[in-house]
Amino acid sequence: MDKTPQTTPRKSATFDDYTLSEIRRAASTGIYDIRGGGAKRKLPHLDDLLFLGASISRYPMEGYREKCGTNVIIGTRFAKKPIELKIPITIAGMSFGSLSAQAKEALGRGASLAGTSTTTGDGGMTPEERGQSKTLVYQYLPSRYGMNPEDLRKADAIEVVVGQGAKPGGGGMLLGQKISDRVAAMRCLPKGIDQRSACRHPDWTGPDDLEIKIMELREITNWEKPIYVKVGGARPYYDTALAVKAGADCVVVDGMQGGTAATQEVFIEHVGQPTLACIRPAVQALQDLGMHRKVQLIVSGGIRNGADVAKALALGADAVSIGTAALVALGDQDPHWEAEYQKLGTTAGSYDDWHEGKDPAGITTQNPELAARLDPVLAGRRLSNYLKVMTLEAQTIARACGKTHVHNLEPEDLVALTVEAAAMAGVPLAGTNWIPGRGGNY
Amino acid sequence: MIEFDLEKEGVRGLNSRLQALAPDTNERKWSVLNPMGAHAIAVGLTQPITVEVQGHAGFYCGGMNQHAEVIVNGHAGPGVAENMMSGIVRVKGNASQSAGATGNGGLLIIEGDASSRCGISMKGIDIVVGGSVGHMSAFMAQRGNLVVCGDAGEALGDSIYEARLYVRGKVQDLGTDCIEKEVKPEHLEDLARLLERAQIKADPKSFRRYGSARKLYNFNVDHADAY
Repeated sequence: MDKTPQTTPRKSATFDDYTLSEIRRAASTGIYDIRGGGAKRKLPHLDDLLFLGASISRYPMEGYREKCGTNVIIGTRFAKKPIELKIPITIAGMSFGSLSAQAKEALGRGASLAGTSTTTGDGGMTPEERGQSKTLVYQYLPSRYGMNPEDLRKADAIEVVVGQGAKPGGGGMLLGQKISDRVAAMRCLPKGIDQRSACRHPDWTGPDDLEIKIMELREITNWEKPIYVKVGGARPYYDTALAVKAGADCVVVDGMQGGTAATQEVFIEHVGQPTLACIRPAVQALQDLGMHRKVQLIVSGGIRNGADVAKALALGADAVSIGTAALVALGDQDPHWEAEYQKLGTTAGSYDDWHEGKDPAGITTQNPELAARLDPVLAGRRLSNYLKVMTLEAQTIARACGKTHVHNLEPEDLVALTVEAAAMAGVPLAGTNWIPGRGGNY
Repeated sequence: MIEFDLEKEGVRGLNSRLQALAPDTNERKWSVLNPMGAHAIAVGLTQPITVEVQGHAGFYCGGMNQHAEVIVNGHAGPGVAENMMSGIVRVKGNASQSAGATGNGGLLIIEGDASSRCGISMKGIDIVVGGSVGHMSAFMAQRGNLVVCGDAGEALGDSIYEARLYVRGKVQDLGTDCIEKEVKPEHLEDLARLLERAQIKADPKSFRRYGSARKLYNFNVDHADAY
């Protein structure tokens, strides 16, 4: 009875379980943690915005009846052959090497069924992907792995990759265990060695050079292809402005929730800006240059559903791009493989050691037995279904806001749930007319 | 020889005509007048024709070349013959930075000097430089041969993979994971063949060979100081 009362054991918020485990792992191995995917920390995101919907002063469109367009045309500025997509959701660049050939084929099949584009990645274009992709964007990357003018001409558009949201300013590394004979041959490197992807282009530096590089690409492809410039979400206002100045038809801005095949954890979580914080500055740059809707803007990084699509478009994007969500639609992280995820020391939904090539779902692997688990036809259908659901969801919201096209959504349709989101998105805090940083009453 | 006045008809006019040539064309010899440092001259060619540029060229001359012979009777700007797949690009003068960058095949000859990053990320191209090359040449070079008849600047072959480097003069210093290697008979044969094709007179035995130590091919924390 005389026992002195004890305080409840309390864990540090600073040194939480994850932090402690990472310190122990680092001390044991001497190697920083490498993983796939994008930022996992809680960030201000599109969830922090809400649509207002119609009211007495806003007239809604009838759901399931009145037309609400979803098409988007990309490349209207300079390209002789702009591309038209049925939906404003594209598939982001992911490499053959990082992904299996079956996964790349499935992405092409799914995108084509849904009427949109897919994108190559570091490592070049595979016949499976080209064959199954009605509209294929060819990434032009610093490493130039697999780059050749024949494939450049086969593409429907070209994306000059300056950076990506998971690692703005960083290159990449495809570890040796994923370098099969085919991957090695496409990259002109020996089998089984780590393959570094350069962080900057080998033959141009800065926006003036980029302008000449884009001109060269246009000359080689007869000025037919739309040319995108993809940047990581670092300095979205200036990067967008400089891409426009350099002659881009389209700018892709990828926020820090955007995935990568393999990068240091510290890079993914601590470099770059959230997607939500990138959209308005990029749109502002286009508006300041008189180029909004003339140079198209694609936003990526953590897009998951039709609400995210509608919110990104309302903030001024012309389209969005998905990567991680597309892989989940194919079958990645499926609880069906839980027993095998457990063997790898993880669980469905948390698996991110994509660089090790042991993906039970057969997607982020070059192991033939694992890759054979993915049926490209079935997985392509799943992706198509998912894309169609996202589109229907975005249309539902757009109609409720009285829009006959998803591109008619606008910032005025939105409010923010948090001060941070209001400031980043440039929309009022819910229940007020206050946009932080822009004055107003509250 | 077909004469094409670049000042009058522009780069678009030139490239569209050259790229439209059929495999059996008899228009096989072209002379480009008044280039005046224009960019992207004779890029994306696909047929075995000869294009002589009568003066200096800007960025990316002969870029992504396939089968054609492009001769620059002057100096060339950055990225000459970038990502060349096959054919020949010859620069009679000097070349700016990133000459032959990421080239997959063919032969690039620079009779004068080449600036920094010559042969960066080369993937199978052969490059012969009559003079010297600047710093960081053959950075991340994957495959092919770089022959330098003069000197090489600092950090030659940094992070090199399987490309072979031959330098006759002084190497200021070697980059990470690049080492000097023995010159074997097969290398002398390669050198003799390349010099002959480049029409540059030099004794193959006077060159030293450099290549990858292959210590960084798979990440090892004990080599972290090298990065």
